[in-house]
Amino acid sequence: MSKTYFTSEHEWIKVEGDVGTVGITDHAQGALGDVVFVELPAVGRSVSKGGDAAVVESVKAASDVYSPVSGEVVGANDAIVDQPALVNESPEDGAWFFKVKLSNASELDGLMDRAAYDAFVAGQS
Amino acid sequence: MRYLPLTAADRRSMLDAIGVKSVDDLYRDVPQAARRDKLIDLPLSASEMEVERRIAKLAAKNLTAATAPMFCGAGVYRHHVPAAVDAMIQRGEFLTSYTPYQPEVAQGTLQYLFEFQTQVALITGMEVANASLYDAATGTSEAIAMAARVTRRTKALISGGVHPHYSQTSEDSLRYTGLEIETLAPDPLGTEDLLGRLSSDLACVVVQNPSFFGRLNDLKLLADSCHEMGILLVVVVAEPVSLGLVASPGEMGADIVVVEGQSLGIGMNFGGPGLGLFATRDKFLRQMPGRLAGQTVDQDGKRGWVLTLSTREQHIRREKATSNICTNSGLCALAFSIHMTMLGETGFTALAELNHARAVDLAQKVGAIKGLKVLNDAFFNEFAVTVPGSAAELVEKLAAKGILGGVPASRLYPTWPELDNVLLLAATETNCDEDVDALVSALKELV
Amino acid sequence: MSGTISGNKGPLIEEPLIFEQATPGRCGVDWEMPDAYEDRLGGLRKKGKIGLPDIAEPTVIRHYTRLSQKNVGIDTVFYPLGSCTMKYNPRLNEKTARLPGLSQAHPFQPVSTVQGALELMDQCAHWLKTLTGMPAVAMSPAAGAHGEFCGLMAIRAALEARGETRLKILVPESAHGTNPASAAICGFEVESIPANDRGRVDLAALKAKLGPDVAAVMVTNPNTCGLFEDEVLEIASAVHDAGAYFYCDGANFNAIVGRVRIADLGVDAMHINLHKTFSTPHGGGGPGAGPTVLSAALAAYAPVPYVVHDDKGFRLVEHVHESEGKPCGRIKGFHGQFGVMVRALSYMMALGADGLKQCAEDAVLNANYLLAQLKDELTPSFEGPCMHEALFDDRFLKDTGVTTLDFAKALIDEGFHPMTMYFPLVVHGALLMEPTETESKATLDKFVASVKGLARQAKQANSADAFKSAPIHAPRRRLDETAAARTPVLRWKDQAAE
Repeated sequence: MSKTYFTSEHEWIKVEGDVGTVGITDHAQGALGDVVFVELPAVGRSVSKGGDAAVVESVKAASDVYSPVSGEVVGANDAIVDQPALVNESPEDGAWFFKVKLSNASELDGLMDRAAYDAFVAGQS
Repeated sequence: MRYLPLTAADRRSMLDAIGVKSVDDLYRDVPQAARRDKLIDLPLSASEMEVERRIAKLAAKNLTAATAPMFCGAGVYRHHVPAAVDAMIQRGEFLTSYTPYQPEVAQGTLQYLFEFQTQVALITGMEVANASLYDAATGTSEAIAMAARVTRRTKALISGGVHPHYSQTSEDSLRYTGLEIETLAPDPLGTEDLLGRLSSDLACVVVQNPSFFGRLNDLKLLADSCHEMGILLVVVVAEPVSLGLVASPGEMGADIVVVEGQSLGIGMNFGGPGLGLFATRDKFLRQMPGRLAGQTVDQDGKRGWVLTLSTREQHIRREKATSNICTNSGLCALAFSIHMTMLGETGFTALAELNHARAVDLAQKVGAIKGLKVLNDAFFNEFAVTVPGSAAELVEKLAAKGILGGVPASRLYPTWPELDNVLLLAATETNCDEDVDALVSALKELV
Repeated sequence: MSGTISGNKGPLIEEPLIFEQATPGRCGVDWEMPDAYEDRLGGLRKKGKIGLPDIAEPTVIRHYTRLSQKNVGIDTVFYPLGSCTMKYNPRLNEKTARLPGLSQAHPFQPVSTVQGALELMDQCAHWLKTLTGMPAVAMSPAAGAHGEFCGLMAIRAALEARGETRLKILVPESAHGTNPASAAICGFEVESIPANDRGRVDLAALKAKLGPDVAAVMVTNPNTCGLFEDEVLEIASAVHDAGAYFYCDGANFNAIVGRVRIADLGVDAMHINLHKTFSTPHGGGGPGAGPTVLSAALAAYAPVPYVVHDDKGFRLVEHVHESEGKPCGRIKGFHGQFGVMVRALSYMMALGADGLKQCAEDAVLNANYLLAQLKDELTPSFEGPCMHEALFDDRFLKDTGVTTLDFAKALIDEGFHPMTMYFPLVVHGALLMEPTETESKATLDKFVASVKGLARQAKQANSADAFKSAPIHAPRRRLDETAAARTPVLRWKDQAAE
């Protein structure tokens, strides 16, 4: 049973047990334009909630990807390093960035669900 | 006023179209306290003839290599620049164009930058080069910052053979970046022990080849030792012509190479503008500062070039940029590239051979003068000589005789009394036999 | 019948790379080689080839001439890039810079032999100080960004001398990217100040952020929206009252040179782009120069080297310990961009106090003329008058399917270099136009006609496709920047050797 949460920095995290899979939203990839490069955190590295975890670059912008939760990186998606275009094609599915083992599940409480995130995006434009 | 096309009638009609009485109305946001009714106290406009006269008067007050035999080096070298270079860089489409942000109408700039990047990679023996930085001094600073980013370490070691302007600029410019930079004592005899000072908390070691004192070194062992400890080797080259004859830094194992490009295409110009060449390995590409021209195709499938990987740069990353650099040294890069193109493999290697031959001849003659001793075993086109007494005083006396006889080390190292008697002499293809004879006789007389 | 056999289009030649036209053994120079000699290379003679192409001189000339024909420049088209000041680059400056007495001077000759060069640097400094009313100027920065860095280094040194640790710099959100980048390299933390709805720095917001941790505020004036910061004196006051310094980005100095002195605005440090206001050539991206004027409070911290003029003549202070001040160190090799200074001084002498004031006024007049002529068809972001540049945004293109980028590419086909696009970031789809004073009214009228015509076309139904296929008349159509970034090819490689 998995649940997906969203952040105000346009990341999503799909949590299953104590592991969350993190990526950027469709809105984010649209705003970036064609993604040309991705830098992922090393497996084993610790991340903290709201801290820098990865970098995603397009032709016109470079954005930090923040970790929605604190924990240890347990997986990184090399597929998007080899083919950055995947981030534009399937941002909320196959083009996940990294997996993190949560150290504090209560951090999820402050995150948005899909409906709240969609409303947030609508409110921004 | 010859540069201002608007006539009084134009101004009148434009003010009417805008709907104001005078241009003062357009400055209404300037606070009263800052408004002026008088002209600023400076000379009024002058004709072209008059300006030329005034500047020529200043030029006439200098004794230069245009008329005097000159053997000064120490990071700036006199070489013959073919007339074709100046003719081409003065074409308005090169001279008066901007950074190629609209690539469809800047393919001239982008193609020459691509060619330039290739030439720099080839002569340094490295995999990739950028479209230039301001000079080698700031380039060295950028190289150290880059090494820190790549290795995630905060210490750097600079050899005492590196040009003091490069080490000082690096230390001073990076003072607030959390990096600890140590520069070793000046090393005229090549006796410093870099290998013994390596430690695995170093991001990089910076060496210069030929060194500031003209010494040539094989860097392979140093490179290997650095790599065993995860340290990057930064090699700086003050005289790019040396790369036509001496094994390249890339061949010797350098990770980052910085070159002062002034020697080719640009001229001395009292030390500026310069040209920073910067090259590295493909794996460090994204940490490299500066602009990059990259190949691509257009909508019709035709090959063309664009500025690329710009997301590392200040206009996008802002405070997280790899550097704050905005301008490169565009026209200087073009001049360098045209000069290199004129030289080619044949001309560049021949030029280097000529320089070395001239310096070997000079060293032999100078070394034969009683009281003078050449310190270098190996050198390219510049070497260090000890003289009796003060080298600076000797240089003044030579100048009084109309000879620009080298650079005293004390000019750049005023607080090292052990260097007071060290004189740096450079000889290039521009020094003819008469120049050498004049210097040698003057030295014999004065020493 | 649109293609040709050669692929060329009349004089517009498809020119290969130099590496693709090598004639091994035939290069563009001849040397008189020395007799045989024993080398002293310590066994480090290069083995193997470098891989450079040999090309004869006539081919080299043809190559670069053809490349130049693929560029536009100020010499060929109207080039209204905002905040770049693309004014005419006088040819006299190229002549004076090449006088052998200047170009052949070596930086380390005895100072007694280069009194003319030092005097020239001193005169250039004098003009800059007098035009700005500031008591000191650091002449060594190599570019505007380098000047920002220099000013911030001086500020940091001054604060340390006062025994204070202030690590925050406030920067308007409309600032050029070099501002926060330069601040970061000086070890400062950058905080943004919002703009008010008049496009100026929000004074109340600025005051709220001032505190004992703020080292300086970096303000561009006139700002990047082309507007004069009318509350500049209040900004300066507030900043100084808080014990901080006022840095001014001088990129837009062309609007006020000769009319307003920076010192009268309460500025502590300002870099001047010689390659903008003072006509030195942009050269396809450089070299520039960014001398930085400094207030009395900061003068002592200017970097070395600098020229001193006393009754013995001119000399250089090249080392920190020789200085009577407390220089923040050295930020550049040798003595600065001397070749650029010669050009700038020639320009300043040619224009004089009266000419420079006229430059500023004509620059402001030209920009306001464009604003007045275009304000109905386009959407100005703020109410006029503007200074030397006019800012529009993409509201006039709403629902047309045409973006600012498409509009700019269409302007290329009209024979103009586009204005600056997407900067400043404070408005959507920005179009920033700076005509400069060296444009005639006739040129401006032609530009206005094209811009108005394109705007009308864009607003017609089904026009987006035509805009998206522009430019069609340039040497290249739109280039694939995504491919260039995803698979970087940054040099030619010998395929045969691979």
